[in-house]
Amino acid sequence: MSRKPILQLLLTNDKASRWLFIVMGVLGVLVPILNLAVPADSAFHVPTYMVTLIGKYLCFAMLALALDLIWGYCGILSLGHGAFFALGGYAMGMYLMRQIGDRGVYGNPVLPDFMVFLNWQELPWYWYGFDNFGFALLMVFLAPGLLAFLFGWLAFRSRVTGVYLSIITQALTYALMLAFFRNDMGFGGNNGLTDFKDILGFDLQADSTRVSLFVITLLCLAGAYILCQYITRSKAGRVLISIRDAESRTRFIGYKVEHYKLFVFVVSSLIAGLAGALYVPQIGIINPSEFNPLNSIEIVIWVAIGGRGTLYGAIIGAILVNYAKTTFTSGVFAEYWLFILGALFVITTIYLPRGVVGILDGYRQKVARKKADQAAATPVPQTAGGK
Amino acid sequence: MVETKVQSILYLNGVTKSFDGFKAINNLSLDIRPGELRAIIGPNGAGKSTMMDIITGKTKPDEGEVKFRDVIDLTKHDEAEIANMGIGRKFQKPTVIESLSVWENLELALAGHRNVFQTLFFKLDKAQIERIEEILLLIGLQERRAEQARNLSHGQKQWLEIGMLIIQDPELLLVDEPAAGMTDYETMETAKLLKSISENHSVIVVEHDMDFIRALDTKVTVLHEGSVLAEGTLDVVSSNPRVIEVYLGR
Repeated sequence: MSRKPILQLLLTNDKASRWLFIVMGVLGVLVPILNLAVPADSAFHVPTYMVTLIGKYLCFAMLALALDLIWGYCGILSLGHGAFFALGGYAMGMYLMRQIGDRGVYGNPVLPDFMVFLNWQELPWYWYGFDNFGFALLMVFLAPGLLAFLFGWLAFRSRVTGVYLSIITQALTYALMLAFFRNDMGFGGNNGLTDFKDILGFDLQADSTRVSLFVITLLCLAGAYILCQYITRSKAGRVLISIRDAESRTRFIGYKVEHYKLFVFVVSSLIAGLAGALYVPQIGIINPSEFNPLNSIEIVIWVAIGGRGTLYGAIIGAILVNYAKTTFTSGVFAEYWLFILGALFVITTIYLPRGVVGILDGYRQKVARKKADQAAATPVPQTAGGK
Repeated sequence: MVETKVQSILYLNGVTKSFDGFKAINNLSLDIRPGELRAIIGPNGAGKSTMMDIITGKTKPDEGEVKFRDVIDLTKHDEAEIANMGIGRKFQKPTVIESLSVWENLELALAGHRNVFQTLFFKLDKAQIERIEEILLLIGLQERRAEQARNLSHGQKQWLEIGMLIIQDPELLLVDEPAAGMTDYETMETAKLLKSISENHSVIVVEHDMDFIRALDTKVTVLHEGSVLAEGTLDVVSSNPRVIEVYLGR
């Protein structure tokens, strides 16, 4: 079942992944062409705001993927995954802040505007190094990764599971939100970090930069998807499923459950951090509201609606729900969006426990069964499964 | 597999464990020889499950010795470590991994690599595939290897779980009520299976079903209120008046 190289497996055996890659490939080619090469007055022109909007959806899809890896496969329901996303975002934001240089309102070559405003004289030590892109990129992974490692090490070792774990993840992101709201933390307080000018010397407002960021996000999403597929289809992935289904049984077979949980939790936080880092230059701002517990709960809803424990379901769910959000929050339904979201969640949980992909899957199985019934008339040799 | 040097595969001495003042295990002593098949019976609340929990590291005793192969102090290790030392446990309720196939369940339990990075890059080799085939044959599930474990019958799940135990190559197997919920035929098949396993493993079976115990035809220990009430062949213990009073007479 899973004893072939992962890429071969993805492209030959797994229909859903194949479709996903086809769609991503088409997006990756078509969107840049339609934005950059097609004249703005053409009906086929994709405006830049649309490129950025899709880019944002892709960042959210990556975040949903990260959550599905731990929730769908290992049963760890994190209600604070937005924290890792925001930390990755802040690391990128700090780099972009330093890139502004003396082009800020106050024209200070070293200090970001908000520090000048607060009458700070020098750069706090934890801002050192962020003028270097490589260092910032390292921090994009290190900050969420370290936090996840520490948190996971303590929580999983003390065998905190289920709803208790969910509650402390929620507390974690809430505490971070309060901390980042404070001006003297040195992260821009409630305004956060914004007014970015350029990234690696490229103007952030330029169409070509926007399109490049979009393509990079798409590639990162594909990479993260392949990584998650690899993990979940390896024997380690089957240990994760076994932890989800029967944790204490897994211990008695001889697996250190806490090590597996810690591993997958850290990997998930790294993906979330990267998603945040890609989100910030496209959106142009990062502020403490990203730590809001509500955001983290929304991620869970995306995954639940898309279909938990399938990976591609998480991606579909994140894009569908966010598309709906964009549509509904701009029209007459704006005031009712949260009710719509809540209703969607309730309906999915009760009637579609396997989410949107569950519907597709059910249909596919029905077709397969029909085929099998027809084939049953003619005897086939016993196939050796499992190999 | 059994080394002759080892005197006792499992040795419990004066073990006591209380929960909120209730003594689930009270000065319990037990000595299992290498290669022995031992049946343990006792009414509900006699401390059978707690005893299993203590041996497998899920619960720490308040006092007393728990020794594996004469020298290893089991109270100092956690579940995963104890499992890797060679003590396998089958639960009362069959707990196989429902959403994995029969084959994958066995692969998971297969003796060997247990750490994250080993399993991340794990591939079955030829000997391991043969070993899984061998176990499939033993538990009679060759035809259902690709089936998700959730689709197995109750008896088949029990067998799969026993298969998962054997494939870990443990020296000592703890089997909790294997015949619970089985048909008469399945019960007798299970007794046969356990007897054949005990030819090269030490086995402790906890069971309620007297027909099953009789079919095992082995030494029986009767537990009551956390300690040993009687020990001997089934005929000897079942004629013991105290045993009749607390257990068999009901």
